[in-house]
Amino acid sequence: MGNEQKENSNKYSIIIPTYNERLNIALLVYLIFKHLPNVNFEIIVVDDGSPDGTQDIVKQLQSVYGEDRILLRARPKKLGLGTAYIHGLKHASGNFVVIMDADLSHHPKYLPNFIKKQMETGADIVTGTRYVKGGGVHGWNLMRKLTSRGANVLAQTLLWPGVSDLTGSFRLYRKSVLEDVIGSCVSKGYVFQMEMIVRATRKGYNIAEVPITFVDRVYGSSKLGGSEIVEYLKGLVYLLLTT
Amino acid sequence: MKHILKILALLVAISAFWIGLLQASVIPESYTWLLPLYFIVSLGCYGVLMVGVGLMQFPTCPQEALLLHQDILEARDFLKNKGVDVGSN
Repeated sequence: MGNEQKENSNKYSIIIPTYNERLNIALLVYLIFKHLPNVNFEIIVVDDGSPDGTQDIVKQLQSVYGEDRILLRARPKKLGLGTAYIHGLKHASGNFVVIMDADLSHHPKYLPNFIKKQMETGADIVTGTRYVKGGGVHGWNLMRKLTSRGANVLAQTLLWPGVSDLTGSFRLYRKSVLEDVIGSCVSKGYVFQMEMIVRATRKGYNIAEVPITFVDRVYGSSKLGGSEIVEYLKGLVYLLLTT
Repeated sequence: MKHILKILALLVAISAFWIGLLQASVIPESYTWLLPLYFIVSLGCYGVLMVGVGLMQFPTCPQEALLLHQDILEARDFLKNKGVDVGSN
């Protein structure tokens, strides 16, 4: 990754939904600024009324980096991931939108790769994939890897999605494309991520992939729990029948 | 066209081929009747094989955890000096 960058007149809006990410959001913002030195971007934090003071930290970050670079667009309570993106989109002034997780499992050092890939291919969507060479996962035990691989094979067989990582949520979208796709998605949680990319494939959008590494949550508690597998299977059937 | 219709069309085509085989009696009928079973079992085996192969080749990145740890230290250092509260979790 060299220092020379092509003339890039695009603006990137990075939407980060947060809930109780007091420590992670500060670290994430620092890393984003570190890895995008010559890029025109803004960070939009959509916080769902975190009780741990996440919003206070964001305000402190605003005084360091500027209120024009970090936008806090909070909501009163947990209202779901899909609506968080829609809410963030309303305030996005860029022509491209990045969505990523706040827990540092998505590392900002890949952001230049996303941007470069999009400029090289003219893609409408660039999605990060953990399952190809150059990508990877750390912090998953055998059971987790097994369910992930099984889920992936099942989804590939049924849906022919055109991407190798369906449930990933580290993506770069052309803003108009995100607006178009998100309008027709109704699922919740990570099935929502699947629905987004499958609908985009069905609509014929140009989707490119970059390898990313995924280090499972370092600080805080994971918000995934419960009957994941049942939700996933229900989501697959829904996507099979409606896309 | 909806994806499910593509899959159904594929199944219809395969079924038509199978019925054609039955009618044409090119292969002994006892085998032909078992073909759908062989097909489903093969599909299942293929699926299990793909899961196994994928599991063996699952890309991991243990060094990334270390790099992330270093990034976190660097970030905490910088932010503390700028007055952002990065106290321990």
